[in-house]
Amino acid sequence: MSLLEVHDLNVSYGGIKAVRGISLEIAAGELVCLIGANGAGKSTTLKALARLLPASGKILYQGRSIVQMPVYDLVRQGIALVPEGRGIFGRLKVEENLLMGAYSRSDIHGIRRDLDHSYHLFPRLFERKTQQAGTLSGGEQQMLAIARALMSRPRLLLLDEPSMGLAPLMVNKIFDTIRAISADGVTILLVEQNARLALDVSHRAYVMEGGTICLSGEASTLLDDPQVRHAYLGE
Amino acid sequence: MDIFLQQLINGLVLGSVYALIALGYTMVYGILELINFAHGEVVMIGAMVTLAVVNMLMASGVDLPGLMIVAAGLLVAVAVCMALGFVIERIAYRPLRRAPRLAPLITAIGVSIVLQNVAMLIWGRQYISFPPILPSTRHDIAGAGITDLQIFIFVLALVLMAGLVLLVQRTRIGRAMRATAQAPEIAGLMGVNVNAVISFTFILGSALAAIAGVMVSAYYGIAHYYMGFLLGLKAFTAAVLGGIGNIAGAMLGGLLLGVIESMAAGYIGDLTGGFLGSHYQDVFAFFVLIGVLVFRPSGLLGERVAERP
Repeated sequence: MSLLEVHDLNVSYGGIKAVRGISLEIAAGELVCLIGANGAGKSTTLKALARLLPASGKILYQGRSIVQMPVYDLVRQGIALVPEGRGIFGRLKVEENLLMGAYSRSDIHGIRRDLDHSYHLFPRLFERKTQQAGTLSGGEQQMLAIARALMSRPRLLLLDEPSMGLAPLMVNKIFDTIRAISADGVTILLVEQNARLALDVSHRAYVMEGGTICLSGEASTLLDDPQVRHAYLGE
Repeated sequence: MDIFLQQLINGLVLGSVYALIALGYTMVYGILELINFAHGEVVMIGAMVTLAVVNMLMASGVDLPGLMIVAAGLLVAVAVCMALGFVIERIAYRPLRRAPRLAPLITAIGVSIVLQNVAMLIWGRQYISFPPILPSTRHDIAGAGITDLQIFIFVLALVLMAGLVLLVQRTRIGRAMRATAQAPEIAGLMGVNVNAVISFTFILGSALAAIAGVMVSAYYGIAHYYMGFLLGLKAFTAAVLGGIGNIAGAMLGGLLLGVIESMAAGYIGDLTGGFLGSHYQDVFAFFVLIGVLVFRPSGLLGERVAERP
């Protein structure tokens, strides 16, 4: 059974239909990416899945509809979103940001352990744990946003443009992290502008264009697809 | 008698009450960017309810120490004001959450007028006096006097402020409040029920307002349905002085405003050769407000943290 099933999802954004009847599914443990040009509707799709935008259609998570669920309940169901632009709490300390990620949990010892695990994964965050998060560099903020999402122990992690605005070296680091999180068994839906990187780490991919899905398949197959190479990989 | 020390004491006591009220303005502003102009009226309702309970207990002839009677009134007032704060947000402000900012602001003024008139209908237009049942022994320190009541007000206010700081800085709900103030949508993603946090903020601010209302009416010995107006404006001034949205700022602004007012009232007669008297005390709060808005609109402790984009 799929962890997430989306049928005929429609999202309108200020009178414009940004997503027109797309369907997709993700099995437990998969790393799936959603790629496409700017404005194709990738981020809008992700925001609709995280209930930040009203949408029509079916969204089934573990077989149950989440279309009516309030945003704050999603994380208790195991869905975490790393938002576009990171969305860290700039005036909270780094450690407080991580604790906000665990807001939905009450197992104090487990939270402590996961906090240590975050610091082990991202030593930079440990060095800066008492600093205000707004003083971190862009890459550190992205690490914090990912670490914070992991603090909720998600089953499904939604990543929105994690490479945006980062230096190439940092982008590689972030993608290594994504690969590691996937290897840990977390199901991931990745929205990414950088199609080559996204296809490199993903098992499967959906390609969006003009609010619809125009192509889908194994990531390795799409990497070799002449159409994809031409349109998205710039060859 | 040492005027300077005396006015400093009076100012700090009054200022600690302003600070308690200013916290309510600043917490709500921090989360909703709304100036809750009805907050002064919550203070007034707190004072009125306490007096109603106190007078009722006194009339019933129960034999309790004065402090206990006032404490009973205070408990009822805190409960009533918490409920009032919750209801105000729920019916007046929440439906306007996505409206242009002027709409909730005008609504706040409307709520304030409604509360004043309801209070007038219930308790009448006349001043209600606070029965002299609290201990009021005067102590002498270095030529200035301080009463038991002043000590009690100041200490209780400090304890409440310390408790609030601990709540906001050290607890889970406090963290959720700060996160919601910064980015409500992201806080929601973390599992925070933003509406519940906003309700909690109103309830918390209203509880402090109720206590401040009791302090003011006990201090001046009277309460009146219109008392919330000036108190609210002064506490708002204190919040702006400290940097609205900033909790430490509201405390600092409150204490500072109390001292400024008190000092000005103490020395204005001498400075103007008797032309202006201490009844001009209330004017100074607004000189301060104008001064802050002109020279440092972000307030003393206003946002100084630079964030990277």
